[in-house]
Amino acid sequence: MNTNILQVKDPILSIENLSVAYDKNVAVKDVSVGIKKNNVTAIMGPSGCGKSTLLRALNRLHELYENIHTTGTVTLNGEDIFKMSPIKLRRKTGMVFQRPNPFPTMSIYDNVIAGYKLNGISQKKQERDEIVERSLRDVALWDEVKDSLTKKGTFLSGGQQQRLCIARALAFNPEIILLDEPTSALDPVATSKIEDLLITLKETYTIIMVTHNMSQAARISDYSLFMYLGELVEYGKTKNMFTNPQDRRTEEYLTGKFG
Amino acid sequence: MKVVSEIDNINSRIRKDRVFLGLVVLFSVITVSPIILIISKLIEKGYKQLSFGFLIEKTPDTMQAMAAIANNELIPGGIVNGILGTVLMVVLASVFAIPVGIITGVYLYENQEKWMANLTRSISDILQGVPSIVLGLISYLWVVKHVTNGFSAMAGSFALGIMMLPMIVRSTEETLKMIPQTLKEAGLALGIPYWRVLFGILIPTGFSGLMTGILLAVSRVIGETAPLMLTALGSSVINTNIAKPTSAIPLLIWEFYNDPNMVDMIWSSSLLLMIIVLAFNLTAKQVAANRK
Amino acid sequence: MNSDKITKIVLFSVSFIILIIAGGMVFSLVGGAIPSFKTFGLGFITSSQWDPTDGRENYGALPFIAGTLITSFAALIISFPLSFATSLFLGEYYRNTRVAKILGTMVDLLAGIPSIVYGLWGFYILRPFLIGLGFENQGFGVFTASIVLAIMIIPYATSLSNEIISMVPNDLKEAAYSLGSTRYEVIRYVTVPAARSGIFAGYILAFGRALGETMAVTMLIGNANRIPDSLFSTGNTMASVIANQFGEADGLKLSSLIAIGLLLFVITGIVNGIGKMIIKKMN
Ligand SMILES: Nc1ncnc2c1ncn2[C@@H]1O[C@H](COP(=O)(O)OP(=O)(O)O)[C@@H](O)[C@H]1O
Ligand SMILES: [Mg+2]
Repeated sequence: MNTNILQVKDPILSIENLSVAYDKNVAVKDVSVGIKKNNVTAIMGPSGCGKSTLLRALNRLHELYENIHTTGTVTLNGEDIFKMSPIKLRRKTGMVFQRPNPFPTMSIYDNVIAGYKLNGISQKKQERDEIVERSLRDVALWDEVKDSLTKKGTFLSGGQQQRLCIARALAFNPEIILLDEPTSALDPVATSKIEDLLITLKETYTIIMVTHNMSQAARISDYSLFMYLGELVEYGKTKNMFTNPQDRRTEEYLTGKFG
Repeated sequence: MKVVSEIDNINSRIRKDRVFLGLVVLFSVITVSPIILIISKLIEKGYKQLSFGFLIEKTPDTMQAMAAIANNELIPGGIVNGILGTVLMVVLASVFAIPVGIITGVYLYENQEKWMANLTRSISDILQGVPSIVLGLISYLWVVKHVTNGFSAMAGSFALGIMMLPMIVRSTEETLKMIPQTLKEAGLALGIPYWRVLFGILIPTGFSGLMTGILLAVSRVIGETAPLMLTALGSSVINTNIAKPTSAIPLLIWEFYNDPNMVDMIWSSSLLLMIIVLAFNLTAKQVAANRK
Repeated sequence: MNSDKITKIVLFSVSFIILIIAGGMVFSLVGGAIPSFKTFGLGFITSSQWDPTDGRENYGALPFIAGTLITSFAALIISFPLSFATSLFLGEYYRNTRVAKILGTMVDLLAGIPSIVYGLWGFYILRPFLIGLGFENQGFGVFTASIVLAIMIIPYATSLSNEIISMVPNDLKEAAYSLGSTRYEVIRYVTVPAARSGIFAGYILAFGRALGETMAVTMLIGNANRIPDSLFSTGNTMASVIANQFGEADGLKLSSLIAIGLLLFVITGIVNGIGKMIIKKMN
């Protein structure tokens, strides 16, 4: 057993021997790791090391593409995610993408409620209003948009759009939120707003975030994974990893030798 | 949350998803079935008559056809007058449309956003949408009435030519746009005069693209009937005088269709027409595919 | 004068040809139509009379305008489920697969079949089939013509919508999937709405195609100079009346046929213009 990898007790999400290949090119190699509930876990590593690939395996997005092959097991609260319907799994896991991507044909309101609409769940207007307000308040966007809920989401600024996308992911009350470099397309002010937001959100949700920004990982994550060439090199408390990295590759990355 | 698990029913949604995919596949198959139905019908009913003689003999007259039918024989003769008429008119149309179309395409490429170019581009687009029968009318008003003073191959090819023109203009411009700008600049930087860069570098580089456009344009006009009815009229003899009425394969099909004694000839003629059109069409696709 | 300048002048003057043709076309159509418009005035468009008898000649184009619009519109409706499904097949479900390539080629070939061959197929195969189903008028009429017309315009409607559907960004669709939607729901709520103006433009352009189709319609619509009173009645279209009656036309009749050509030119121009404008707005 690799001693550089922290063993987590009672993980909400447990990944075992997960490998993902694009055709014959293996992008994630035999990763085993447990994710702790109500924490922010950062996935770090140089570009192309398989961070996004790992993240997207967790809500089975890879199944949309025929050339991607996934092996291994992942359990969410003890339940094998590959045995449940992807619909159910994806409702328990919200996802936020690198580029803000509100649905361009929907209003701000409809974007927030999109999860319900797309799942064919109908509710009373009052219920919907409540969900929209709660979700927008959760991402600190309510005050900025409450008078323009019927406008298209694409009219917002980049940072607002990304918060709207987080609200869209939250509206469905997922257990886990997966974020793939959510701030890499944003300016510093918008970035710090989202970082603050994630710190408050971890009280309710478990957050897994890909970032190639080390200081961001240091600022907001509790645990960090360091990946290199598709392999999980090191996993532990973020504080420990930054002050005392175990693996030479982690150390080189953190000191800016590559990446 | 109670909303999530109770209200909706995942199974019924998955079923809906499957049914929808099934419908998409079913309707897509229905969409392309006519091509198989039509071609197989043409082959079934037309192959018997397709012989070498069919390609080199003139159309029989009604009497010959009647006699053959009475004796339970295949109608004698062929459609060489139509084949040669089609070749004559398509070649004439190309002689007009290809150079003018390519040069206009080059002009549009060179002057992307100038208002003259925008106007020309829009006009070309409009021309491409004009129904072919209207182009036939125009050629009648101009060529039949004022140039050849009667129905003629020239009038027919003019109608086909203005049909081809906008297609070639567009494909030329699109092709040139895909050639890297640096290629042109490299040529000009060597001090080569512009027209040499054009004919020596740009057009050869985009050759297969231009060829695709031309072949598609030809395949589109070969089957045209309506504009020829108003211009070339048709003829039962081989005609090489561009100022005289001339036959064409689609015109012969129309004549056979209207003559109860000749009806048996429509299938073989249509089969031949279809083969020619498909040959141009598929060659165009092949040329385009090789480019990539 | 240097060669670059000469080249420029040659390019400019040759590309003027297309403008002259288009301008001359409008000029000649209008010129040719004037006698008819002068004689019948607005009545040319609103009257249903078509009487070539010498001495009391009277021409009104309403039945042909109505016939053209009705058959084209019916064709559009018939083709919609087929071409919509096909564009989802090509642009979404089987995008970039071999089977899509084959199907796409076949759809393109549909556009290559000459109008007259469609007409023959409609006449000898489809029509008897419809008669077997109990159709009147020997199976001729608006419905028969519209079915064949629908098949003919499928490639035009499909090619644009397929392209636009396949251009809907992946991350939008992934966002919808990650909320738990099925593929059908992604298509219905995200993909199609995002592509809708392109899809719409494709159908407009296909409609423009249908308006001008001549031979197949001529062979199937029954060529009755009257306003179709039902989907199954016979009628005539602008393009087919020109094709049918041109041979014996001169004087006022010729002018009236040219006037119909002018109307057809204007109507297709407007329809195509709208389609092109939507496409331009999308970019
Ligand atoms: N859709 C894809 N098809 C093929 N290879 C891919 C695809 N996406 C990513 N890869 C490859 O997988 C590896 C990991 O990519 P990714 O997970 O996106 O890295 P990261 O997010 O860490 O930058 C890279 O080598 C990349 O080239
Ligand atoms: Mg990535």
